[in-house]
Amino acid sequence: MSEPMTISGNRALLIEEKLIFELDNPGSVAIDLPEPAPFDLERLGDAPRRGRVALPDLSEPQVVRHYTRLSQKNYGIDSGFYPLGSCTMKHNPRLSEKVARLPGLADLHPLQPQKTVQGALEVIDSLAHWLKELTGMPAVAMSPAAGAHGEWCGLMAIRSAHEDKGESHRRRVLVPESAHGTNPASAAMCGYSVDPIPALENGRVDVAALKAKLGPDVAALMLTNPNTCGLFETEIIEIAAAVHGAGAYFYCDGANFNAIVGRVKIADLGIDTMHINLHKTFATPHGGGGPGAGPTVLSAALAPYAPVPYVVHGAGGLEMVEGKRAGAKPFGRVKGFHGQFGVFIRALAYIMSMGSDGLRQASSDAVLNANYLLASLKDDLSASFDGPCMHEALFDDRFLKDTGVTTLDFAKAMIDEGYHPMTMYFPLVVHGALLMEPTETESKDTLDQFIAVVRGLAAKAKAGAAEDFKAAPRLTPRRRLDETLAARSPVLRWKPAAE
Amino acid sequence: MRYLPLTESDRRAMLDVIGAKSVDELFRDVPQSARLAGPLPLPAHQGEMEVERAFTRMAGKNLSAGCAPFFIGAGVYRHHIPAAVDQLLLRGEFLTAYTPYQPEVSQGTLQMLFEFQSQVATITGMDVANASMYDGATATAEAAIMACRITKRGKVIVSGGLHPHYAETVETSLRYTEMEAEILPPDPLGMEDMIGRVDGKTACVIVQNPGFFGTVRDLRPLAALCHEAGALLVVMVAEPTSLGLIESPGAMGADIVVAEGQSLGMGMNFGGPGLGLFATREKYLRQMPGRLAGQTVDVDGRRGWVLTLSTREQHIRREKATSNICTNSGLCALAFSIHLTMLGGTGFGRLAELNHLAATRLEQKLKAVTGLRVLPQSYYNEFAVHLGDDADAAAVVDALADKGILAGVPASRFYPTWPELKPVLILAATETNTEDDMDKLVAALKEVV
Amino acid sequence: MSSKRFTKDHEWIDVEGDIGTVGISDYAQHALGDVVFVEVPEAGREIAKGAEAAVVESVKAASEVYSPVSGTVTAGNAAIVDQPGLVNEAAEGAAWFFKLKLANPAELNDLMDQAAYDAYLKTLE
Repeated sequence: MSEPMTISGNRALLIEEKLIFELDNPGSVAIDLPEPAPFDLERLGDAPRRGRVALPDLSEPQVVRHYTRLSQKNYGIDSGFYPLGSCTMKHNPRLSEKVARLPGLADLHPLQPQKTVQGALEVIDSLAHWLKELTGMPAVAMSPAAGAHGEWCGLMAIRSAHEDKGESHRRRVLVPESAHGTNPASAAMCGYSVDPIPALENGRVDVAALKAKLGPDVAALMLTNPNTCGLFETEIIEIAAAVHGAGAYFYCDGANFNAIVGRVKIADLGIDTMHINLHKTFATPHGGGGPGAGPTVLSAALAPYAPVPYVVHGAGGLEMVEGKRAGAKPFGRVKGFHGQFGVFIRALAYIMSMGSDGLRQASSDAVLNANYLLASLKDDLSASFDGPCMHEALFDDRFLKDTGVTTLDFAKAMIDEGYHPMTMYFPLVVHGALLMEPTETESKDTLDQFIAVVRGLAAKAKAGAAEDFKAAPRLTPRRRLDETLAARSPVLRWKPAAE
Repeated sequence: MRYLPLTESDRRAMLDVIGAKSVDELFRDVPQSARLAGPLPLPAHQGEMEVERAFTRMAGKNLSAGCAPFFIGAGVYRHHIPAAVDQLLLRGEFLTAYTPYQPEVSQGTLQMLFEFQSQVATITGMDVANASMYDGATATAEAAIMACRITKRGKVIVSGGLHPHYAETVETSLRYTEMEAEILPPDPLGMEDMIGRVDGKTACVIVQNPGFFGTVRDLRPLAALCHEAGALLVVMVAEPTSLGLIESPGAMGADIVVAEGQSLGMGMNFGGPGLGLFATREKYLRQMPGRLAGQTVDVDGRRGWVLTLSTREQHIRREKATSNICTNSGLCALAFSIHLTMLGGTGFGRLAELNHLAATRLEQKLKAVTGLRVLPQSYYNEFAVHLGDDADAAAVVDALADKGILAGVPASRFYPTWPELKPVLILAATETNTEDDMDKLVAALKEVV
Repeated sequence: MSSKRFTKDHEWIDVEGDIGTVGISDYAQHALGDVVFVEVPEAGREIAKGAEAAVVESVKAASEVYSPVSGTVTAGNAAIVDQPGLVNEAAEGAAWFFKLKLANPAELNDLMDQAAYDAYLKTLE
């Protein structure tokens, strides 16, 4: 059965959509603004006045249709199963969206007098309280805007603590080879050099190699736990002791905190600082790439260096500290204003909805779902490590050996089957990685259907259907895109044809 | 629990397949000493009604901007946001999608980002823009680092007209690097002169236009001064609606333009999330931080979009990346883009005129307040005022808040150690301010000052 | 018999008189995939043996090109900057990266000849 050709190029619900610049209809308006009175006073100084800016004019119906059509070319968690390993694509509760839009929270300026925003400070303080209790850590820097920003914040606190002790010679940071790329990049932004640590056959850090690399010039270890292979670092307490024994600090990348919330307090593992991706663990929307939030918990040794601002309980109520204060040695400020407040509201609404019992159940179900995928698919795909895994299951491409099908091809075939693919080619420590993270918000029925499809695809690949895989996806608004062309001749903005 | 689909019988059936007796068994790699036996002693789960009630209570403790004559700016501006913006960004396919790493199922986000980049490049007058940064402050810090990389120099000169939070963010970002920020004193009159400061060690000069205290500048002489010394000019725009009325930084000679995009499409949200805009010249493209959407074709030759030039980024270049940024402000970029699309070329200019008009109207009305003087010679929709030598602007703001008026930001909130700034108040007016709002502010100021 | 010599990082150098021509091996271009961007050094730059001299990027990978020997750059290959795809077509020929005047020809002795490099590649399989 072949696809019918249409005159329009549209395919029923999938409608071709031009760029807004190509929809320009000069004179159309989508917002009725009053006609400005002529200026009887102009205060623009010596700066040249600008003429009409070359933006397209559209009416509201055109705008609404444009973005609706664009949205229909996207896959979201609302659309279907999204087992994107390491990214934690769980359901985003709509209550969070509703309360974030209460005018008493959304329509607030960050620089209003503090007595007029006590409720907003309470949101920040309540979320901070939950994060400290869930991790067992005494302090949290709330302002980092995302995970990588939190990594940098944690390392800045570490570096400040070392400088304060007169140990500015500590400039080396140990980072496992399996780490997210943000880890070495964040270390570099603190003036640190990066020393990679190899992994063992069982997917864990090589503790002997790590210990051998510790020394008086090491500032910190950055370790993801559970790690990027979806495994808990079994030797973590011993690792922490060794790191502290060498006078260094232990940074934990909290990207996978969602696997252990309510089951493990990271303070009990010897961790000094960890960022928490609210957009992963606490179910705030990923929004096509942000905004996130990366509050960073700190041990007692690092807490004095927390950046401004932060909320304290004062005599007259809650107080936002924005400057220097006795006893504190903030390393500075990481962004404008007070942090990702809109994300805080959503995360707190989720946390309050789940409660202590629900959060523990969520991590239990996330781990159960991942192990169910691992157990169900290990004979059809090739599991990189024996179970149990934590919140995600890692496979490699051994099962595709000699089939002519690559991990990429396999992923693209999953798209035609109606799934968002798993994470591909990460972590780098196994060949052709397929990293699947189901999360706790998927039903057994969804997983069973997915398992049946993946088994079917694996059988098809082994049966010699490489050409079908190479041609996938066929049913998407666009098929495989030429990334080489995009990079060799970058076109990064629309330009009128005449230019 | 409403977000957890598994039932007890599902769990038992799944454990059977796994071959484990209990979920606890799946956590056996966690050291025994660190395993919690049961839920932490924190509140248990709650229904929607209870949670909503708790947030309504917290919201009720705040004085929201819509309930008061409101004149606060200083980096976050209150504008009218068309209803369609929020309705559209709530579409689940936008809201609940990840970063568009699988382009065939992400053409919506990718086309939107391409349009966003085009809009940002257009309004800033630059060649290329990225797909957004966290906020204006971090974008400014990234611009400083990029300028150092391009010029292979280490000195960053920060104007006293740059938002003090941004200056602090730049200083913090450079703290443990080979680079160094020289932050000039606050410049309420807009009289700062860079002549004699820019030399062969200067990587860039960072200025904000309009400035933190309001001043609008012709940047062309400063651009010439920078370029003569081999330095770059970084221009920060905290209020992007101003670009509908004032010549673009690109046309005035900027090498990198950064901005806070919150004014368009986003509410104030107590200051976060923001939207960092980042634009530059084509020749510096490969030194730019952040994601980029680029145009290409699919195997059938149809136009489409992908993330491109990723080798600059952390997931490929690791410690040699241009930045550690990964997550950006995708949904905020969508909000910005929809709002700007709704404004169009016509509306963008008109909105800017309405804002300038509101501010000039406010200046005229403030003449009725004895002892008050407007400090900058020029401004767009915001200006600093001096309330008189003995006045304490913070106390005035406090007293007016008690009358239900949110009357700007005292400069002392940012500069507590500068006594000469104690009487200085920063006031903003936008298209949302009515004549009545202004009259109430003026009447209250007359009483208090 | 080729006069090329190779490094373990997959650069090659071919010397005529005191001028060496440097590029990346066919194995390297194949491993990178479609090359989309190249940066070559300017004439006059002094480079030490093993120092970063050029950059080569594909869609998903970025790599530094290290100089196999010390010397002063006499030319960068503008053709591959304009058309990075040439690197995929003629890595060990027209798509050379730069030429340099050798500072210490004895350094060539540290490099592998074609046969040794081929044997080295076998160990990477």
